[in-house]
Amino acid sequence: MNWRLHVLPAVALALGACATTTEPSAKTSTSAAAGQPVKALAVRVSYPKDPFPSTYKPMPSEVVLIRNATVFDGLGGEITNGAVLIQNGKIVAVGAEASMTVPAGIKTIDASGRWVTPGIIDIHSHLGVYPSPGISAHQDGNEISGPVTAEVWAEHGLWPQDPGFTRAMAGGITAMEILPGSANLFGGRGVIIKAVPARTAQGMKFPGAPYTLKMACGENPKRVYGYGNGGNGPGGKPYSRMGNVAGYREAWQSATEYKRKWDKYNADFDVWEKESKSPKAKDGRKQDDQDDKPGDPPDAPDRNLQLDTMMGVLNGEILVQQHCYRADEMAQIIDVAKEFGYHVSAFHHGVEAYKIADLLAANGICGALWADWWGFKAEAYDGIRENLPMVHKAKGGCAIVHSDDANGIQRLNQEAAKALADGLKAGIKISKPEAWTWLSRNPAKALGILDKTGTLEPGKGADVVIWSGDPFSVFTRADLVFVDGAVTWNRQDANSQPVMDFELGQPGEGDRK
Amino acid sequence: MIGKLLVAATLFAAAPCAFAQAIAITGGRIVTNTSQDVIENGTVVITNGRIVSVGPGSAPAGATIVDANGKWVTPGLFAALSRIGLAEVDSEDSTNNISAGRSKFQASLRAADSFDPDNTAIAVSRIEGVTRVALVDPAGDGLLGGYGALADTTGSFNSIFARDVVMYAELGEGGAASAGGSRSAAWTWLTTAIDDAKVYPRGFTEDGEGDLLSSKEALAFKPVVEGRVPLMIEVHSAADILQVLTLRQREPRMKLILLGATEGWRVADQIAAASVPVIVNPLTNLPDRFEQLAATLENAGRLSKAGVKVAIADPNEATHNTRFIQQLAGNAVANGMSWADAFAAITSVPASIYGRTDLGSLKSGAIADVVIWDGDPLELMSSPDAVYIAGVSTPMVSRQTKLRDRYLNLDENKPQAYERQ
Repeated sequence: MNWRLHVLPAVALALGACATTTEPSAKTSTSAAAGQPVKALAVRVSYPKDPFPSTYKPMPSEVVLIRNATVFDGLGGEITNGAVLIQNGKIVAVGAEASMTVPAGIKTIDASGRWVTPGIIDIHSHLGVYPSPGISAHQDGNEISGPVTAEVWAEHGLWPQDPGFTRAMAGGITAMEILPGSANLFGGRGVIIKAVPARTAQGMKFPGAPYTLKMACGENPKRVYGYGNGGNGPGGKPYSRMGNVAGYREAWQSATEYKRKWDKYNADFDVWEKESKSPKAKDGRKQDDQDDKPGDPPDAPDRNLQLDTMMGVLNGEILVQQHCYRADEMAQIIDVAKEFGYHVSAFHHGVEAYKIADLLAANGICGALWADWWGFKAEAYDGIRENLPMVHKAKGGCAIVHSDDANGIQRLNQEAAKALADGLKAGIKISKPEAWTWLSRNPAKALGILDKTGTLEPGKGADVVIWSGDPFSVFTRADLVFVDGAVTWNRQDANSQPVMDFELGQPGEGDRK
Repeated sequence: MIGKLLVAATLFAAAPCAFAQAIAITGGRIVTNTSQDVIENGTVVITNGRIVSVGPGSAPAGATIVDANGKWVTPGLFAALSRIGLAEVDSEDSTNNISAGRSKFQASLRAADSFDPDNTAIAVSRIEGVTRVALVDPAGDGLLGGYGALADTTGSFNSIFARDVVMYAELGEGGAASAGGSRSAAWTWLTTAIDDAKVYPRGFTEDGEGDLLSSKEALAFKPVVEGRVPLMIEVHSAADILQVLTLRQREPRMKLILLGATEGWRVADQIAAASVPVIVNPLTNLPDRFEQLAATLENAGRLSKAGVKVAIADPNEATHNTRFIQQLAGNAVANGMSWADAFAAITSVPASIYGRTDLGSLKSGAIADVVIWDGDPLELMSSPDAVYIAGVSTPMVSRQTKLRDRYLNLDENKPQAYERQ
């Protein structure tokens, strides 16, 4: 059915559903019905929104009852002596075992003394695009050829054999967003993936997840471009924070005009299509009569891959993930977003988010933050360890623990613990199960996948971790990690610990020796 | 929080009295790092900046009592490798003194000469229990990073309490790049530098040059070659570690410390037999370079079990997050190291590596660096209630806590800039 039409803008993304392409040059097509040559309708020019569709298939799973656990449900609640029932890769029931209808003869896991949580979702990772080993040939995360590279996609640089993926899995990660780096004002598209081994990037892609767009504030873009010329002088735009904002606005203006052209084209096509479907034409025996012809269909605008991505943001389909440290810069970006009519999903790093926690909450923007990185550059100078809890405590606040680091992604629960402890000492009352929302629910929300994962609720994918103890203790490890009900990592079973090709036959063999 | 600040302020105000009378910290769970091991409900007595007694007994008459009931009482943390005071903002060259890639000197450089006691990372580290650090610069445009020094975290102008305690050298991939492009070039450079220093001055030419070093550099390197100052060599692969250990035969007088040693577990017995201590980052578990394909979370524990003297630090988080050593040690325990060895790796072992038996443990006669914790000091959610350095209680305040307090409530009438607690 390759003639199926795509409508731009689409009302909803249906990634993974249909991947039909119409060549823009194919203005008309012909078909024959009952041997009768007819003049066919013109085909609307449109482009697939998902030309690299997910081929992810959940690994085989069993029906499993996890019993006698302390359960953090991911919504902020805690169930002592709780149970989680998993069937067909989905969560079926969460709560007291006595209240569940448990199928007979199924596998049970006794989690006495252990904790069960939703899998951790890292909203900011460069695994695969800055993989291990970090050799020069592997630097695929920043397309620094220009300050605006919205046309590049992280998944096209993603090496699925990055050994970092297995280490992340061992740390209880079940999904993550892989982002381009922060060199550019517009770094390119991010991709949301499952924490599973696969031969291809497509095999890791989270089915049905939206695309994201990485943008960056502050020092990085102006350093890379303005001072890129040997580091000593102007290399090109942007050279200052003023230039950064001008760069965003120029690009959004172009995208606005591009969107207007496509919206007009589609509206004109609607009219043309309606005219061509006049009663005469309807029965397929329209007369070759000049007076009745609806005329030529409208011309479609030229395609621009860069503006395609940005138009996706303006249409609400692609979620903006913006690297931004300073409070005042985040406030500027919020106004740029209002000027052009888009939404920032989350500010990443947000070292000064605590200074404007109220502003972020009021605008429905999450803060994706480190627990305690600071001081490595000027815009990180005011970092404090209470940043996460202070963002959390604002009314409607949305705090997320992120890594941006192949090592940090292995211990995001520990980062949450540090921030939680310092928040408590500052008088910010947050419970451990509430703090778990920083690790799964809130990132799922900011990534547009909360309907699929991020909490332990019936119907969602069974992305679950069984921890050896309190996950806010440094001595605790992830015992079992499930993605869609399948065990991706088992600390006690070497056969359930994947080793990437790169490490096979090497002296460490994936930290398995 | 206000209460905590008040307590800290009170302790600080009382500090000058510390020299006049004894302080007795009572009722705590005391981790001594000595043969006394852990003492429940014990008492630590401090007089004139030194520990007078540690034991199950009660406080002497007349002592100022600090109630540590339900708390942990430990030696102050000693970072085996830190760069606090050497860079205020890492990426700003004007504030960064960590390495000198454009200097003509290597061995002659001294970290102590760069140290800034007003550096904001010092208080940030201190309030997390770090009382002593070894300041060790990496190499600039060469193999040697110069002399490291020891500093306390009081932030006072006399923070540096021992100069010239270690010399840094880099081999492995990094050393190869600096030496001209190969490991053999790096090895030849290092051994030639050693030979130069050994024969200096009699073997030098009339214009003051050795085969490699200038007279100034040879003079600086000589104490290392003569074994008066240890040479800390950063290497990661098992083969590079074994190469370094051959120096024990070639230069029996030299004292060595291994830094990194990411694949150390593969040659743990050889390291133990050579009696060379190591400083490791227990969280290095990625094959991030070809010289560390056997990286594992279990490295620290395996080395320790093999009898190697293990200290814990992360050179990549040594400026602003020296405080991470607590978390690093906790993770070492989670991956097979004993609690006692892991805690020693951030207290008594670093002290002993730098020859300071008067630090890193709670025993009679030791310098009174004492931390009172609200829980297990290796736990993520524990933190110090009080930090004593040489018997003096220090303020539990940093620029970060001031920023926190300024913005804790955003709905105030006046701009935050007027708030300065």
